[in-house]
Amino acid sequence: MATVATTYRTCPRSGLQFERQAEWLIKAHAFMGVVWLLVGGLLALGVVLTRWPAVRWLEAPTFYQVLTAHGLDMLIFWIIFFEIAVLHFCSSTLLRCRIATPKLAWLGFVLMVIGSVVNNVAVYQGGSSVMMTSYVPMMAAPSFYLGIILFAVGALIGCGVFFGTLVVARREKTYEGSIPLVTFGAMTAAIIAVFTLLSGALIIVPAWLMSMGLMNVDPLIYRTVWWALGHSSQQINVATHVSVWYLVAAVVLGAKPMSERVSRMAFLLYILFLQLASAHHLLADPGVSTAWKVVNTSYFMYLAVLASMLHGLTVPGAMEVAQRQKGYTKGLFEWLRKAPWGNPVFSGVFISIIGFGFLGGITGVMMGTEQLNLIIHNTIYVPGHFHATVVIGTTLTFMALTYYLIPVLFKRELIAPKLAQWQPYLFGLSMYFFCLVMMGAGTLGVSRRHWDMAFQGAALAYEWPGAAYLMMGLVGIGGVAAIVGGAAFIYITVGSLLWGKKLDGGATSAQFTPVKRAVPAVVAEGYGSSGFAAPGTFVLAMVFLVSFVLYYFINWKYLSTLWGMS
Amino acid sequence: MTAILPPAERLWYKHPIDRVEGTWLAIALIWCLILFFMMVGWHIWGKQNLSTETYRTTAEQYMAKAQAATEKYQVRTETDQEIPVVAPPPGADVYLVSRMWSFWPILELEKDKTYRLHLSSLDYNHGFSLQPANINIQLVPGFEHVVTVTPNQSGTYGLVCNEYCGLGHHMMVSRLYVK
Repeated sequence: MATVATTYRTCPRSGLQFERQAEWLIKAHAFMGVVWLLVGGLLALGVVLTRWPAVRWLEAPTFYQVLTAHGLDMLIFWIIFFEIAVLHFCSSTLLRCRIATPKLAWLGFVLMVIGSVVNNVAVYQGGSSVMMTSYVPMMAAPSFYLGIILFAVGALIGCGVFFGTLVVARREKTYEGSIPLVTFGAMTAAIIAVFTLLSGALIIVPAWLMSMGLMNVDPLIYRTVWWALGHSSQQINVATHVSVWYLVAAVVLGAKPMSERVSRMAFLLYILFLQLASAHHLLADPGVSTAWKVVNTSYFMYLAVLASMLHGLTVPGAMEVAQRQKGYTKGLFEWLRKAPWGNPVFSGVFISIIGFGFLGGITGVMMGTEQLNLIIHNTIYVPGHFHATVVIGTTLTFMALTYYLIPVLFKRELIAPKLAQWQPYLFGLSMYFFCLVMMGAGTLGVSRRHWDMAFQGAALAYEWPGAAYLMMGLVGIGGVAAIVGGAAFIYITVGSLLWGKKLDGGATSAQFTPVKRAVPAVVAEGYGSSGFAAPGTFVLAMVFLVSFVLYYFINWKYLSTLWGMS
Repeated sequence: MTAILPPAERLWYKHPIDRVEGTWLAIALIWCLILFFMMVGWHIWGKQNLSTETYRTTAEQYMAKAQAATEKYQVRTETDQEIPVVAPPPGADVYLVSRMWSFWPILELEKDKTYRLHLSSLDYNHGFSLQPANINIQLVPGFEHVVTVTPNQSGTYGLVCNEYCGLGHHMMVSRLYVK
């Protein structure tokens, strides 16, 4: 193919090479993502201050409206916009390749913008307060579904451009050997995204037709297929944020994967099994067989859980090896103590790894167990769990990556670097607290998506125990603290783009420099103790396992005291 | 910076597995198998397994059946709305109707006796959330779900709808007695 007229900028701070079109695409997608994060964050304030029993700020109709928009803006719009930015970064930038079909890529972006706006307008007009899940036969306005469809088509185009760019890079030989691990992880995410978005089309298009009175959709089929969109969209996030963990470990600490084979195999397990999780949402449903539930909810014998447990070890393990090579070899944890805790790119990712594993992972497996699901289904335990996976796992990781991208991609110095240093701790740790107390309230039975736990005016009101009220009050406090942390992030990033000191962009050239292979590293085994390259990480992993086992069996113990059911 | 560079070895899939990773892989795999067989084992030895007995139904059909059963076993009414309270004999088929925004009727069961509890919704999805035991089941319109239950503690339970079902969702709450 003839060379296409474009330029490549080599960033003097990172050595990364940005192709002109890709650079603008990444900036645009990341920026729109942050816009939705801002909107979703404002809505979060409404949700949190209403569920705080002592405050109960919004009226019921407004609350349900705000909750619907909060879910969509955060889980779908903020995260997927940012993910498309990550896909373009992992293909074009890491492979130093021009982006395939830039015009189509921009079309995808425009569709995503239009779709997200149309959907939000539908919710704010009222009459579409159906929650993110929009279970039929409850109906929203046609434009609610149309917005999601347009957005999904745009995102699919984004994935297509990613695959196209991989092909271009291979053909134009911009790299030798295999694609880097981070790009491999991004490819996993893109494959899962295609499955997710097609499942979405398969069910949202009929729901859209139903909203116009053109067809009827079975409520249980809707639930089954919708969750292939709903849960799988979180699986895109997992694959993406794990890739970003590897990326950050590499750029901040110079870490190399402990073994390419294990990490890539773990990503492969994601592609094969992560999609079965739609079943997690149907464990308390009628009409689904036990065998179907057991096989699917366990990701076929927990092979996707295995993959996450591997990534959870190899990312910190790679960091440990890198730190030990720098000479931090004293005891089990000197490598961790001497880590760059003042660098928000690192601290954000590390807080994310720990929170995702301990708070999101363990609870996710518990609630995904067929019988145990009976004691948490649709309680506020569920949002407690997914705020640990989506917010601590994905959002916090993306925030950390943004701190890296501001000087490198946007060529600006961070305003308020001190605040940026504190932000991951404020946001991350208050989210830890928020998730914990939310799960505490859920363990006591408090419902999710519920305006008034006091049931004022109902003749047969149920009186929740005082501890449930206490927990929900703490949810309010933790939520407000996290929102302050989120606001600090928006202030730092948007402020840096507007007023940050402009940095030197580096030289541009009409040609890319091919990516070199990694230098074969010194054998890592020499740095650990008793043949273990990363003994500290192994100890952390064992702590994780013990917590996992204890928590899992405590829940079985409680279940065994309940009513007999068969 | 190697996670962002192509792997050094051409045949990266032949790269040896480090001992930390190998050990962890084995431990994690065993744990995953335990997780899996706990679910299967509970079906054999456990007492809390959600039945999958389900029939397709319509709002009219289900309401007719529920009405017949309610008339048969009604013992009194409660509240200003005169919601019937039904006390079916052990082993009987018991019907619970959920609709915007109430449960109907109120059930009165006996401790350590077994009942066939029929669940369905007449309109949207609803939730069956029995408190404070914290047993939660999804109620889906068009499907009649038959769950065999054996209450093991007497008392007055709260029955909360925990699936969002419209603007009156938070008013949908009822009661269940176990004697």
